[in-house]
Amino acid sequence: MSQSQIAISAEGVERRFGDLRAVDGVSLEVKTGEIYGFLGPNGAGKSTLTRILCTLLTPSAGRATVAGYDVAAQPGEVRLRAGVALQEAALDDKQTGSEMLALQGRFYGLTAKATKARVDQLTKLVDIGSALDRRIGTYSGGMKRRLDLALALVHDPEVLFLDEPTTGLDPVSRAKVWQEVRRLNQELGMTVFLTTQYLEEADELADRVGIINKGKLVAEGTPAQLKRTIGTDVVIVTVTGDATDAARALETLELVERVEVNGPTLTLSVSDGPSAISPIAVALAQVPDTQVIELSLRRPSLDDVFLSVTGEHITDPSAFMASASAAQNPQEPQ
Amino acid sequence: MNSSTSTITPPATRIETKSAGFLRDLSSVSYRALRAIPRDPAAVIPALIIPLFFFVVNIGALESVAEGIGVADFRAFQLPVAIVFAVTGVSRASDLVTDISSGYFDRLLLTPMSRTALLLGLMVADLVLVMALCVPVLILGFFVGVEFATGVSGVLAFVLIGGLWGLAFTGFPYAIALRTGSPAAVNSSFLLFFPFAFLTTSFLPQEALTGWLATIADYNPITYLLATLRSLLSEGWVWEDLWPGLLAILIVGSVSFTMAFGALRGRVSRG
Repeated sequence: MSQSQIAISAEGVERRFGDLRAVDGVSLEVKTGEIYGFLGPNGAGKSTLTRILCTLLTPSAGRATVAGYDVAAQPGEVRLRAGVALQEAALDDKQTGSEMLALQGRFYGLTAKATKARVDQLTKLVDIGSALDRRIGTYSGGMKRRLDLALALVHDPEVLFLDEPTTGLDPVSRAKVWQEVRRLNQELGMTVFLTTQYLEEADELADRVGIINKGKLVAEGTPAQLKRTIGTDVVIVTVTGDATDAARALETLELVERVEVNGPTLTLSVSDGPSAISPIAVALAQVPDTQVIELSLRRPSLDDVFLSVTGEHITDPSAFMASASAAQNPQEPQ
Repeated sequence: MNSSTSTITPPATRIETKSAGFLRDLSSVSYRALRAIPRDPAAVIPALIIPLFFFVVNIGALESVAEGIGVADFRAFQLPVAIVFAVTGVSRASDLVTDISSGYFDRLLLTPMSRTALLLGLMVADLVLVMALCVPVLILGFFVGVEFATGVSGVLAFVLIGGLWGLAFTGFPYAIALRTGSPAAVNSSFLLFFPFAFLTTSFLPQEALTGWLATIADYNPITYLLATLRSLLSEGWVWEDLWPGLLAILIVGSVSFTMAFGALRGRVSRG
């Protein structure tokens, strides 16, 4: 792959805070025009790596480039080419939205005319109408997030970093942000590096996903590729009694490719779910002192991938994310 | 977002971005800070009222006493004190702490702007503000009959020297703001003002001070600042009276700016 096709590159990037390795030897490449989802639980190292890539921190070891420039040695060049919306909307409540956009343009050397033209374009994006001339202190959380995104775009960046852009948003606002990210990528060809702790967000938006846990990149690929590593289908079984005995019994079945035990719950990767259900139920019935409480079949999710590579569930925001999906696709039955 | 109204028009060509340059960054930061001042009048009103209050009260309470020990024009004697009260400790440091805690400071660091302009721009805004705060004090002084032996140019020099003192002092609250990021710590930096402002010739001339107060006043830079300002009022253009005050400003400014810009380097460090 030529250098111009790589928007972001990290080679063995580490970041230590005292004895803590927040980022531990992460290597990755993001292609130009790609949406890269960086997925992990709270404290996994997502935000630290993002802050390294957007020049707020230097790596303790390793090397990273953004838009072809070294983040440690050429931070000024990176800043001209990267747009960043950090986890919290970083705004000044005493200014109006249009004042903040104009100020941001000045910092990137835009002329007054160019800034005005750009603010006019971005006004359509942030879609807060006349509120743009109101002080930001009067904005709702969703409006602040959209203005924050517009600020990150004032200088037409080649690479956009979005650090958990939907955390704390209601489902409707979340769905709008997803639409905006897609549009930026598809219409402007902007490379997007998106960190998230929401599995469905990564699944919906990202061309490729990297999973980080305890500072290490533990899996990477397209969402489909990652899910294929789990198997065709997933069977979830919840039992009373010793789940280890149940797991041992299920591992002997031909259709079962892998069994993960997490408390009373067993997650089974199976090659053909509908055919596997019956033998699984029969095998469980023969395990002494074990009773099946729940048995269900579903397609693999990124959470299953996360479980298989880390042994832990990432989080359980499914109810909230289902609401977000419903808000985004109201025609689909819930 | 309503998709029918939110289609982005891509720029015909990629927007040319570059570092805006130090002066443009400086003016951008200053302009933003100045624009915010009238939007938060509660932050400025005390700085406007306190010097006027002390000027009136001090004259009313001490004028006859001071004249009894040989102060010829106590109103002119008190006007520089009111100016020092007006300009000392007035800064945008609280706003800087708000920027740090809200994350806006990080947003600024993500731009290619000059890191020095980030702080110096706020200080320029402070200079403008404190010089503006001198105006009502001067008007009250003229109203009660104070005159300048140095004329109109002396008035301008008086305001400028007051402003420069205010600027020199701002380094302390900024250093605290950048080191701690704490609103409470910044507010408590106001305590620094008291020994500077009261352990000096605020109420009596230097020759009337005795004991430990006289010793402390000898080392207090405000003693020399007040002498310089009083000289502009009553003596005319006497260089021997002017340079000690300017030197005091330079020394205090050097200390406070070293602390503030050192704290800035620590705050923006990426290591």
